Amino acid sequence: MGRITLDKVRKAFGDVEVIPPLDLRIEDGEFVVFVGPSGCGKSTLLRLIAGLEDVSGGEIRIDGTDATHLSPAKRGLAMVFQSYALYPHMTVRKNIAFPLKMAGMDKAEIDRRVDGAAKVLNLSSYIDRRPGQLSGGQRQRVAIGRAIVREPSAFLFDEPLSNLDAALRVGMRLEISELHKRLATTMIYVTHDQVEAMTMADKIVVLRAGHIEQVGSPLELYRTPRNTFVAGFIGSPKMNLIEGAEAEKHGAHTIGVRPEHFQISAEGGTWTGTIGVSEHLGSDTFFHVTVPGFAEPLTIRAGGEVDLHYGDTIHLTPDASQIHRFDAKGLRLS
Amino acid sequence: MARAVTTQRKIVFTALAWGIGLMIFFPILWTILTSFKTEATAIADPPVFFNFDWTLENYRVVQERSDYMRYLWNSVALALGSTFLGILIAVPAAWSMAFVPARRTKDVLLWMLSTKMLPAVGVLYPIRLILIQLGLLDSKIALIFILMLINLPIIIWMLYTYFREIPGEILEAARMDGATLKDEILYVLTPMAIPGIASTVLLNIILAWNEAFWTLTLTTVNAAPLTAFIASYSSPEGLFYAKLSAASTMAIAPILIMGWFSQKQLVRGLTFGAVK
Ligand SMILES: Nc1ncnc2c1ncn2[C@@H]1O[C@H](COP(=O)(O)OP(=O)(O)OP(=O)(O)O)[C@@H](O)[C@H]1O
Ligand SMILES: [Mg+2]
Repeated sequence: MGRITLDKVRKAFGDVEVIPPLDLRIEDGEFVVFVGPSGCGKSTLLRLIAGLEDVSGGEIRIDGTDATHLSPAKRGLAMVFQSYALYPHMTVRKNIAFPLKMAGMDKAEIDRRVDGAAKVLNLSSYIDRRPGQLSGGQRQRVAIGRAIVREPSAFLFDEPLSNLDAALRVGMRLEISELHKRLATTMIYVTHDQVEAMTMADKIVVLRAGHIEQVGSPLELYRTPRNTFVAGFIGSPKMNLIEGAEAEKHGAHTIGVRPEHFQISAEGGTWTGTIGVSEHLGSDTFFHVTVPGFAEPLTIRAGGEVDLHYGDTIHLTPDASQIHRFDAKGLRLS
Repeated sequence: MARAVTTQRKIVFTALAWGIGLMIFFPILWTILTSFKTEATAIADPPVFFNFDWTLENYRVVQERSDYMRYLWNSVALALGSTFLGILIAVPAAWSMAFVPARRTKDVLLWMLSTKMLPAVGVLYPIRLILIQLGLLDSKIALIFILMLINLPIIIWMLYTYFREIPGEILEAARMDGATLKDEILYVLTPMAIPGIASTVLLNIILAWNEAFWTLTLTTVNAAPLTAFIASYSSPEGLFYAKLSAASTMAIAPILIMGWFSQKQLVRGLTFGAVK
C-alpha cells in the first residue's frame, strides 16, 4: 500500500515560505511526477514526504496514518537521490543489502533479495565492485536496487536521471516505467524535464513557487491547461501564446496555439509571416515564424520534408478547435 | 615543434624540482653524514662527503652521556598524548561545525585560526607562572595539554575540511535506509571519515614531535623530549659537530621513518583534503 495525503502542508526556511499550505492526494500504485521550474520547491516537497525535512505546518498521512512527525526510517518509503548517494566504502552487494541489514533481516533472506535485485537490474557482474568503479548508469541502478529490495510502500525519486547522458536517460526512463508496471508500487518522481513527465506519469503535478498550478494526467494537462503557465510548461516545443488584437477576436486576453496545431500553405491563411530559423529533426521540422504585429515569433511544426527556407513567406491557419483562450490573469476561459 | 618545446620544458622543470628537493633535503643528509665522522673530519676544510672513515663512535658517546631512551619516551608520550587528546576534542567539534553549521560557524573557525597568529612568547610568562603556581612545570601532563592546545586549531580545520567533503545526501540515504544515529555513525560516517582522521593524526604527531618552543621553555629534566636532547648538545663550550649531528639524527630518525611509511596519507593531509 502507498496512499499518501498532504493536508495543508507548509514549509518555511526561516522567514521564507517555500511551500505555502498545499493539499495533494496520491493514490496507491500511482506514478506521480512533480514538475516545475528550478527552485519551485519540488525537492523540498519530496523531502517533506520523505521526512528529511520537518513540515512547518499541516499533516502528512501515509496509508491513513499520521506520519507528519515520524522519522524517515519509520515511513516505509525509499528514496533515489540525484547524486545516487551510494556508500563509497561498500561494495554493490553491501550497498543494496544495507537497508535490509538495518531492518535486522537474516543473512539468507538478504542474500536472496540482493541477488534477485541485482539480476533484475543487470548488476550481477558488478556485485563485488565499489561505486567508484562503476559508470553513472550502473551507479543509478545500484541506487534503484537499494530502494527496491526493501519493498517500500512508495518510491521517491529526485531527478534521478539528470546526471546521465541523453541516450542512457531514455533507456533508464523506460526501465523505471517498466519497474513501475511490474511492482505496481506508488512512485513520486521529481523532474524538470517535461518529456520525462509526459512519458512516465499517470498524474503530473505542476508546481510554481511552491504552489500547485494544476494536477492531472499528461493528456489532460496537454489538452486543457488551466492557465498560461501550465500551457507554456507542458508540451514541447512550447505553446505559442499570443496577446492583443488577434486574441481579442476570440474574446480572450491571450490565446494559445501549439506548434503542431497549424495548417501551413503557400497561398493564404489567417496569418502571414516570414520564416526565420528552422530546425530539421528528420521526422519533424520546426519553423520560427515572425508575424507582423505579434510580440514573439511563432513556433510551427511541419512535416519532415518541407521545401521552405529562411526568408520565405508562409501562411498559417490555426486549427480552430485547438485554440486555448485565457483571461487577463492567465486563467483558462472555457 | 610544439612537442620539442614541451619536452624541453619538462626537462627544465624536472631538473628544477630535483634541485629544490635536494637543497631542502641537504641539511638533513649533511647531518646524517656528519654523525658518522670523527670530530676532526666533521670540521675539515674543504668538507668531505663520502670518503671518510665511517664510525659509530659518536652514537656510543651520545648514548653514554645522556639517556636517549628517556628523551625518546618523553617525545613519544607528548606526541601521542597530545594527539589523542586533541583528536578527542577536535572530532566532535569539527563534526558539528561541518554537519550542523550555525550562523557564526565560519567566524568561529577563523577566530580559532587567528590564535595561531599570536606570537607564542607573548604568553610564555603567564603560562610559565601558571604552571609554577600549579606545580606543573616540567611535567608531561601539562605539556601534553599545551601541545594539544596549540595544535588544536589546525587539526579542527583539517577535520572540518574532510568532513565537509562527505556529502550530506549519503547520510540522508542512510537515514532513509533505516539507520539509527548509532548505525549511521558506525557503518557510514566513521568508515568515510577514517582516512581524513588518519592523516590528521599523522600530521599532528609530527607537529607535536617537532615542537621546540614550549618543550624547551617548560621542561628541565623529567618531561624533556628529544628537542631538549638536541639542544643539550649545542652548548657553546666546545663545538662537537659530530656528536651534535649524531644526537640530531637520533632525534629525527623515528619521525623520519614514520613519515616515510605514511607519505601518501601525509600528502593528502597537508593539502587539507583538496586533492584526491
Ligand atoms: N535548506 C534550505 N534553506 C533555505 N532555503 C532553502 C533550503 N532548501 C531549499 N531552499 C529554497 O527553497 C526553494 C525550493 O528549493 P528546491 O530545492 O525544493 O527547488 P527545486 O524545485 O527542487 O529546484 P531544482 O529543480 O533546481 O532542483 C529554493 O528557493 C531554495 O533556495
Ligand atoms: Mg531539486
